[in-house]
Amino acid sequence: MVFSRKDQLWIGIFAILVLVVLPLALDPFRLNLFGKYMSYGFVVIGLVLCWGDAGILSLGQGMFFGLGGYCMAMYLKLEASTVAATRIQSTPGIPDFMDWSQITALPWFWKPFQSLTFSLFAVVVVPVLLAAVIGSAMFKRHVGNIYFAIITQAIAAILTILIIGQQGFTGGVNGITDLRSLKGWDIRPDHAKTVLYYVCAVLLILCVLAAHMIRRSKLGRILVALRDREDRVRFSGYDVAAFKIFVFCFAAGLAGIGGALYALQVGFMSPSVIGTVPSIEMVIYCAVGGRTSLLGAIYGALAVGWARTAISEEMPQLWLFAMGSLFVLVVVAFPTGLVGFYRQHLDPLIDRLLPPSCRRTPTIATVKVTGSGSSSVGT
Amino acid sequence: MAAPLLQIEHLSVSFEGFRAVDDLSLHIDRNELRVIIGPNGAGKTTVLDLICGRTRASAGSISFQGRELTRLKEYQIVRAGVGRKFQTPSIYEELTVFESLEISYPRGRSVWGALAFRRDAALIERIEAVASTIFLADHLDRLGGTLSHGQKQWLEIGMLLIQDPALLLLDEPVAGMSVSERKKTVELLHTVIRDRSVLVIEHDMGFVEDIAHKVTVLHQGRVLSEGSVAHVKSDLKVREVYLGH
Repeated sequence: MVFSRKDQLWIGIFAILVLVVLPLALDPFRLNLFGKYMSYGFVVIGLVLCWGDAGILSLGQGMFFGLGGYCMAMYLKLEASTVAATRIQSTPGIPDFMDWSQITALPWFWKPFQSLTFSLFAVVVVPVLLAAVIGSAMFKRHVGNIYFAIITQAIAAILTILIIGQQGFTGGVNGITDLRSLKGWDIRPDHAKTVLYYVCAVLLILCVLAAHMIRRSKLGRILVALRDREDRVRFSGYDVAAFKIFVFCFAAGLAGIGGALYALQVGFMSPSVIGTVPSIEMVIYCAVGGRTSLLGAIYGALAVGWARTAISEEMPQLWLFAMGSLFVLVVVAFPTGLVGFYRQHLDPLIDRLLPPSCRRTPTIATVKVTGSGSSSVGT
Repeated sequence: MAAPLLQIEHLSVSFEGFRAVDDLSLHIDRNELRVIIGPNGAGKTTVLDLICGRTRASAGSISFQGRELTRLKEYQIVRAGVGRKFQTPSIYEELTVFESLEISYPRGRSVWGALAFRRDAALIERIEAVASTIFLADHLDRLGGTLSHGQKQWLEIGMLLIQDPALLLLDEPVAGMSVSERKKTVELLHTVIRDRSVLVIEHDMGFVEDIAHKVTVLHQGRVLSEGSVAHVKSDLKVREVYLGH
């Protein structure tokens, strides 16, 4: 059984929270903010597999989030830059920032983004390809996890500098702004934001289910095994690099989806959400919630995102200090995050309250050893 | 006479000028249990590392069942039929005994294979058989980290057995064991060596006498002496550099 009764319970509660409770409790503006925090949820799911399970800490997830976001934003920007809408430019029909930089024709790599199908495809494929290149270069050479973290950080910084430096092609430090519609459907009014919120929530739940299935497969156990004993896995006949590349690409693809949903809900995309600082913030979301639990990490992203807005509204200058203290506190006092607290104190309590059938299901080994039939072995 | 299972010819490796293994040649026959002994720094563990691909040779060849191992990747060497046990027990603390054995089961070793992997009756039967061989049949559901030192050693041996390797490399399998655990391990090794060749590194001469068919003494990366336990023990050169102490 891939989903134990308790997994079903927790995923069900999460689904009710994001699909029913939050939309009822919040006004469209706040709901849109939660949609934005939720787009970081995709990144932290990837971090749970990559960092929590496989022990590969990436400090550059922001770049995959950003690439997904830029792919989406490029499509939306082209749709907003019709000849009619841009007739005051010296070259009508191209994005405004290109016109400001004296570019007179749409660059070749922008052209495919006139197609929505291509753009949606690129949202996932571009981050995955970059992750595959970085992963192959690092993991096949047995680069250690600490060096890997530093290198991903450096690549995220390089990508940000590149985007900022190429203003004519990327919109520079302002990013790609003034995104208006998707296939003619205006994404700016409240009801559109609510629809996008639901799209984000449903996709996030689907990604949680997919990630959960991976973690429950033998591949998931191999990731945990190679975190602790990489050599033992390698000398058990596994191409360890291939597994690391897979999980890194999986995390990158998820981050790309999150970035695209961010661009859609926020209405712009800029280098400020993809650099080194946001990348580290994403790791903090994951650490606060708990890097060994999918839902825990998502709650972490939602809670920290909400705290960020709440504190920034009152005292903007305080936020960075609060964030820093939070990270130190989590690392020192709760290395396993909120989930660690839950597992240690609340889970046993809930076990006592629940009927026995809902409790943690025994692992397959026990079921088998106690002599039941082969029907019980289908995980 | 049939070709040996493992044929090491003129193997050398140096680390920053230090020749850890120096022009070493070694043949291991089918169904042979060979023990390598020697003082610290003689290159014993390095020889195992070279065979299983953890260290790359500077010169020489390692031929295993007609395949040249020096050019293969670590996981390809495992799949060719070489199993390696490390000196300190190397098991998965956070997985159960069942899951650890399952990971070593030679099926679904690619990324997609591991994703699609399903437990079937043959796998469970095999795991139970191996678990009873390594005295852990009643501990399948325990986490690796909660096992005793000796049980961890057995689990790692079990993780190799389930792959059914033609050649088993064991680095100090009885180190740190209690007397009773050691006795059981000798018994286990006698089961393990059926139908395969085993290369063991060991310091414990009592244990060596219990199990060895043939002993190779290494000293400064070279073979100092080779033969039966009695032959090696009476070798004056060996007494001088190793056993005499």
